[in-house]
Amino acid sequence: MDKPFAITLDPGSSLANLTGSWRTRKPVYLDRLPPCNNACPAGENIQGWLFHAEAGNYEQAWRTLTENNPLPAIMGRVCYHPCETACNRGQLDDAVGINSVERFLGDEAIKCGWQFDKPATSSGKKVLVVGAGPSGLSAAYHLARMGHKVEIQEAGPMAGGMMRFGIPKYRLPREVLDAEVQRILDLGVTLRLNTKVANIEQSMKEGGFDAAFLAVGAHIGKRTYIPAGDATKILDAVSVLRSMEGEDKPMLGRRVVVYGGGNTAIDVARSVKRMGAEPIIVYRRTRDKAPAHDFEIEEALQEGVMIKWLSTIKQAGEGEITVEKMQLDEKGFPQPTGEFETLAADSVVLALGQDVDLSLLEGVSGLEIKDGTVQVGPNMMTGHDGIFAGGDMVPSERTVTVGVGHGKKAARHIDAWLRGTVYESAPKHEIATFDKLNLWYYSDAPKTVRPMLDIIRRQSSFDEVQGGLDESNALFEARRCLSCGNCFECDNCYGVCPDNAVIKLGPGRRFEFNYDYCKGCGICVSECPCGAIKMVAEDI
Amino acid sequence: MLKQTEGSRAVAEAIALCRPEVICAYPISPQTHIVEALGESVKSGQLENCEFINVESEFAAMSVAIGASAGGARAYTATASQGLLFMVEAVYNASGLGLPIVMTVANRAIGAPINIWNDHSDSLSQRDSGWMQLFAETNQEALDLHIQAFKLAEELSLPVMVCMDGFILTHAYERVDMPTQQQVDAYLPPYEPRQVLDPREPVSIGAMVGPEAFMEVRYLAHAKQMQALERIPQLAAEFKQIFGRDTGGLTHTYCAEDAETMVVAMGSVLGTIKDTVDEMRADGHKIGVLGITSYRPFPLAQVRAALQNAKRVVVLEKSLAVGIGGILSTDVRMALSGIQLHGYTVVAGLGGRAITRKSLHKLFREAEQETLQPLTFLDLDWNVVNKQLERERSVRRSGPAAESILRDIGTVASKIA
Amino acid sequence: MTFQPIKFYQTGTFTVGNRLLTPEQRSVQSHLDRSNAINSGHRACQGCGEALGARYAIDAAMEATNSQLIAVNATGCLEVFTTPYPETSWQLPWMHSLFGNAAAVATGVAAAMKVKGRSEVRVVAQGGDGGTTDIGFGCLSGMFERNDDVLYICYDNEAYMNTGVQRSSATPPAARTATTMSVGPEPGNVFGQGKFLPAIAMAHEIPYVATATVADLRDLEAKVKRAMEFRGARYIHILVPCPLGWGTASHDSIRIARLAHETGVFPVFEAEYGVQVSALPIRKQLPVEEYLKPQKRFAHLFGAKPKVEVIARLQARADRNISRYGLLQKEVA
Ligand SMILES: Cc1cc2nc3c(=O)[nH]c(=O)nc-3n(C[C@H](O)[C@H](O)[C@H](O)COP(=O)(O)OP(=O)(O)OC[C@H]3O[C@@H](n4cnc5c(N)ncnc54)[C@H](O)[C@@H]3O)c2cc1C
Ligand SMILES: Cc1ncc(C[n+]2csc(CCOP(=O)(O)OP(=O)(O)O)c2C)c(N)n1
Ligand code: SF4
Ligand code: SF4
Ligand SMILES: [Mg+2]
Repeated sequence: MDKPFAITLDPGSSLANLTGSWRTRKPVYLDRLPPCNNACPAGENIQGWLFHAEAGNYEQAWRTLTENNPLPAIMGRVCYHPCETACNRGQLDDAVGINSVERFLGDEAIKCGWQFDKPATSSGKKVLVVGAGPSGLSAAYHLARMGHKVEIQEAGPMAGGMMRFGIPKYRLPREVLDAEVQRILDLGVTLRLNTKVANIEQSMKEGGFDAAFLAVGAHIGKRTYIPAGDATKILDAVSVLRSMEGEDKPMLGRRVVVYGGGNTAIDVARSVKRMGAEPIIVYRRTRDKAPAHDFEIEEALQEGVMIKWLSTIKQAGEGEITVEKMQLDEKGFPQPTGEFETLAADSVVLALGQDVDLSLLEGVSGLEIKDGTVQVGPNMMTGHDGIFAGGDMVPSERTVTVGVGHGKKAARHIDAWLRGTVYESAPKHEIATFDKLNLWYYSDAPKTVRPMLDIIRRQSSFDEVQGGLDESNALFEARRCLSCGNCFECDNCYGVCPDNAVIKLGPGRRFEFNYDYCKGCGICVSECPCGAIKMVAEDI
Repeated sequence: MLKQTEGSRAVAEAIALCRPEVICAYPISPQTHIVEALGESVKSGQLENCEFINVESEFAAMSVAIGASAGGARAYTATASQGLLFMVEAVYNASGLGLPIVMTVANRAIGAPINIWNDHSDSLSQRDSGWMQLFAETNQEALDLHIQAFKLAEELSLPVMVCMDGFILTHAYERVDMPTQQQVDAYLPPYEPRQVLDPREPVSIGAMVGPEAFMEVRYLAHAKQMQALERIPQLAAEFKQIFGRDTGGLTHTYCAEDAETMVVAMGSVLGTIKDTVDEMRADGHKIGVLGITSYRPFPLAQVRAALQNAKRVVVLEKSLAVGIGGILSTDVRMALSGIQLHGYTVVAGLGGRAITRKSLHKLFREAEQETLQPLTFLDLDWNVVNKQLERERSVRRSGPAAESILRDIGTVASKIA
Repeated sequence: MTFQPIKFYQTGTFTVGNRLLTPEQRSVQSHLDRSNAINSGHRACQGCGEALGARYAIDAAMEATNSQLIAVNATGCLEVFTTPYPETSWQLPWMHSLFGNAAAVATGVAAAMKVKGRSEVRVVAQGGDGGTTDIGFGCLSGMFERNDDVLYICYDNEAYMNTGVQRSSATPPAARTATTMSVGPEPGNVFGQGKFLPAIAMAHEIPYVATATVADLRDLEAKVKRAMEFRGARYIHILVPCPLGWGTASHDSIRIARLAHETGVFPVFEAEYGVQVSALPIRKQLPVEEYLKPQKRFAHLFGAKPKVEVIARLQARADRNISRYGLLQKEVA
């Protein structure tokens, strides 16, 4: 074409004009820590595995999940999911059902027989893990994957700790527990049952272990003094629950009083209900002050468990107990009122918490014991070199997930310690708070409700109460995730830049700014749905 | 083929032979018959492969032509007077963008007062618009010039106005020699745009140009018209070869060889002038004529050559530069710069005022006798004018001048379209 | 329904792209090979909504026409910031003629394509609100009335921006512009009857009329695509916030457009042959203050003594839009 001078120009030639020089501030991509990940005691990369689940890539999701936690099917049933409490979506409609998706993935893995990758190399080091509860299993799993030789010594006849001898079947079917334990053992972990460690230093020496991780839990039921006649049956919750697992079920009679307001009390009451008894919980404070989770109280009430709030047991006699009514003072503490009442009771089960059996640590130098628990440093090591501890036996919240988290953390430090180095965790990113999100881009999507077993069977059998999600609704639930703080390649920045100054790098590779043309308007930052871009001052 | 027909129809037929591809039209007297005829031939299917677009204004007409031309189509429109002014912004744009549009201007006066009759005020107002302007003397020339205009426009990628006197030519029934399609096809090749909007080779047409290049762009437009000065006579010669007629070119002289008095004019009035000159020659007056066909580009050299041996030059023009006098005469003066001869500007025929041989005889004789005023308004009714001037001197505000004058003349009810 | 409901894909359903969608379901803007009709290096202000809206629309039209597209542009910011000699940002055949004649020039181009037997080449004309609703209105109405095969896109930033923010017939009541200053007893633009060109376009009963904003890309693209399914005159009116003229932060251009829709200030709908056929529902209705407050051109309505009655009148206009165009109806899938 014979183009007239100046009037007619060649296409796209404005590339010669580098508008980046107009800029005083520039956008940069960053990864913020999603609140769910931040809240997970096991340090799961929740958003990371949801990302794969969203695409229907469940195995990849499971593998990403189990990088941090080897027990997803268990987690998906018993974890109290603080992640969901923290989930940003909760401020929009309802938190993402992280726990349900986790359970779906765990069940899917069991169904499909997915196995962990075996360690590529062996370190030649031997680590003793004491106790096959969640904390011990978690440590064993991580240590094994790091190439160490791991032996678990467990006092009981079966692995699982409180997951087996505390948490009732109707919440955690034993096939699930067995499957996830077995998968860890399949990594090459040795499990020695019925092997109670009486002296840790001796056991280490005998077995030639280079380090030890202790996770013996807290199994000694706390007691309180109740004046009682000889005929009164007073038992503790842990033993009651443990005996549920065995052949000879406890003889509790028809009217069982459970004393306490925690989850254990609820579990005992719901279990005895299933055995045909009439449980009644006696608790000294109100429902909202009870340590048990409200949903558990609710489920117990649904199943016909009676609860007497604001009551303490004063006396236990033949076939009945006397309770005193309490009232809360202005500080919220229960105070006696002097009003009494009698209740029919064939037995009383005390569910007042557990203490740690520390006998295996006797004579070990350097340890610090406080309030009945072993003190550990930030690296989970006790005061004695090479002896680490976690789970219920150390000061912290007592949950399966915390135990698993301890196991992982300890494993990393043990590994470093064995190599003569110090484990440094990556610095924490800033948290992707709700205000960083642009919610317009997400459509409304109410949470999927998990199915519940019908009430008659809940009252009469140990069948699992809460069902799981099927594939389609697990996928839906995964896709409710907002991907807080981390680019999910939605192409918004690429689309909304008025200056085409965003370079799309292709699937999985995210984006880059073309600072030659970026004028620094900041639209990309405003329109990034998940808060994965921020403006920073331009360096001069 | 010879035929007796109306000027507008003859021109329309010639344009159709040029195979225009987009015709846009908005009616205004005296252009209407041209576009009506073209509209009919498109609608009837006689003129094939042509889009006839009834636009909503002259501004749109020129704009549609701009788009069509940039889209690679041969585009044509026609207008006059108010219509030309209404499209002015687009007129400049078409030439600025170098789009070879051909437009007929059926010359007509510009209001107010509104007047539908002939003079050259309209096209001369566009003197600096960057368009080439060719003036036809006869209907034959009008139709011939259109054929040449397309070729000229497309070769140089510049728009051309073919100017023909409204009513005098457009509505006159005369005998014309209508060329055949083969002749026109042999002369005028299909339009090959210099620049075109085409997804196969995208360009941006119509950039904003700042001080760093604007002068150059304007100079190049001027240079193109200078090229046209060379090309116009050649095109006329080529035309003669195929059609056998001597039309077009830059200028035409008549009885000029030994003329002491030269009369310069454009358009149909040349006919009357030539008749007068014939009669005066018969009486022994050494008088001749220079007809200017190409008003833009203005052929300074040819005009100078034709006039330099005369003793006096009378420029008779159908236009008035209010406040100074002539428009054409200014250009003629420029052509004669440095040459000492008597120059007279005669403003004539404004708004359709008849230019009679009788008046011309008187005028030319006065010129020969050097009694003519340097600026003369031919056949001006001094009685009326003086009365009004007198009125204005005594009363400061006397109402619209036109109305007062009409009252003086006694034709308040005169009907004008 | 122009809006393509994507159920089930929760993460970023309304985003530009989404890895969970098939490539056909993704927006044109998400494509690596989008035409980028306006290349980088243009001179629009930071965060210019017009630059964005024009690229959205033209890229979508390019995709819909398989790149057989020619654009005609009226004078205005879009023209000036894209084509100052010696560089142009346009990547498709493009032409600028005048301020008021884009529709007519486009008619000419379309006529040329027709006679040249290249009817696969489609023509868009584009201009600002001034070039559309004021000076170019005659040519536009003519193009509509003749039903010429042109898609006209108006980028409405509600004033003459290129000349320094003067009032146009699309300037909303109460807005401050350089010719409707916020001084005197009734500061800002007058409350007139309004000149809402989409409604006027509908009155021409042309095949397709739609409105859109830069805040809903998928809706905008669907409309451009739909427009290209028709032959004849079509009109799309896109609200494009102008940070300079509206006195908004450069990063807020999309947010402000979103608020215009969510408050009902700017109705988003489409019509065929003069009859409304859909409305983009407001997902979460907000009071007009939310839209007005971030804009300095409305600052005189707030401050120590908010002009409650003026705000109420603006709310009434939004409410009228909501009921007239049915903006609160639930979307039907
Ligand atoms: C009734 C009940 C319900 C619960 N429900 C939940 C729930 O729903 N969700 C939740 O997150 N948490 C729940 N918990 C708490 C949770 O079970 C514990 O916090 C968790 O199991 C602690 O894990 P751990 O590995 O530290 O100890 P444990 O699970 O107690 O495991 C310790 C293991 O060490 C073994 N052991 C002890 N001493 C020795 C020794 N000397 N030598 C060798 N082996 C030894 C024990 O036999 C046991 O197997 C519940 C607890 C109870 C009691
Ligand atoms: C005939 C004419 N009148 C006035 C102008 C001056 N002018 C150029 S751009 C413009 C404003 C354009 O406003 P709008 O069409 O709304 O586009 P914007 O710049 O706001 O995008 C004006 C008044 C002109 N170029 N031509
Ligand atoms: S929305 Fe997703 S990333 Fe955000 S907190 Fe919830 S689960 Fe985590
Ligand atoms: S003045 Fe407004 S419309 Fe013009 S370039 Fe700047 S932001 Fe865009
Ligand atoms: Mg504007």
